Amino acid sequence: MSSQVKDAPGRKRIARKNIILLVLVIAIAVIPFFLQRKAEFAGADDRATEAIAQIKPDYKPWFSPIWEPPSGEIESLLFALQAAIGSLIIGYYIGYVRGRKKKEDTGKS
Amino acid sequence: MPRKHQVAIAVLAAFVLLPRAAFSMHIMEGFLPPAWCISWGVLAVPFIILGLFSIQKTVKVNPKLKMLLAMAGAFTFVLSALKIPSVTGSCSHPTGAALGAILFGPAAMAVLGLIVLIFQALLLAHGGITTLGANTFSMAIVGPFVAFGVYRLVRKLGGPMWLAVFLAAALGDLMTYVTTSFQLAFAYPSPTGGFAGSLVKFMGIFAVTQVPLAISEGILTVIVFNILTVYSRNELKDLKILSQEVSQ
Repeated sequence: MSSQVKDAPGRKRIARKNIILLVLVIAIAVIPFFLQRKAEFAGADDRATEAIAQIKPDYKPWFSPIWEPPSGEIESLLFALQAAIGSLIIGYYIGYVRGRKKKEDTGKS
Repeated sequence: MPRKHQVAIAVLAAFVLLPRAAFSMHIMEGFLPPAWCISWGVLAVPFIILGLFSIQKTVKVNPKLKMLLAMAGAFTFVLSALKIPSVTGSCSHPTGAALGAILFGPAAMAVLGLIVLIFQALLLAHGGITTLGANTFSMAIVGPFVAFGVYRLVRKLGGPMWLAVFLAAALGDLMTYVTTSFQLAFAYPSPTGGFAGSLVKFMGIFAVTQVPLAISEGILTVIVFNILTVYSRNELKDLKILSQEVSQ
């Protein structure tokens, strides 16, 4: 790692490494489908609620969300929006620093 | 079946099922007794204040770091929107809090995490306003502090940067959900097994599900860090992350 940091042109190596790492992340996300063919893949929260109902069957939530997405579709829209806004900022940042680096490098030579 | 009955069943089903849609990987709205909500909230406040000062100081000393700070916030924003399947057959999402904690210190992440949690509580009915304190404590305080501690420890022991980042992110993520399990077990001790019985139950749900996700988060954080070490070297030097590299 330290040698990579010293020689900045290790860019290609980093890119290759990152692609391998990304494939690994995708694999980790996909493997559960093969291991648990019949699972519902509901949120871990749903199961927590079931557990609470078992421990304290009479518990009633004392407060409910002020606003809820009216449907599953709207909810996924908002989740997608959240991911999109975040990705936009990350992408913008990486684009910015890449451009800056390129400028620095050409300025030097 | 007459149409009227169908409608009645649909309405009934909606009543039974709809509240469930509000549950999240974080503690669900209204699902923590008021005393616990207040306690966790009070515990979280000093960290938030510390975080505000910490961010103010970072930005004042070096305004150029603002963009990187925004990027770290965005990373949490993205990762906590991604519900990923796990080997337990249910889904959960990573927290993305380690990146910012390593870069800007754990206190700064308390503020960024809080912003994400407020967004999710208000717009997505994910988590909740009453449980905001407890969720902030687990995701925006325990997670980042564990991540920061692990990162420092691995670096001190001479471990490579990638390993330090990976372990920091993975353990920070995992400990967030371990904390959630503790919080629920405190509030819901099992009538038969007591606190320990409940803890085992909630850990089985949250923490076990989280293991593969924690690994994913570790890898994703390493990916971003790899990019930063190439393109944002000056910022990393300013944050004493790369100069540390030289001195150790």
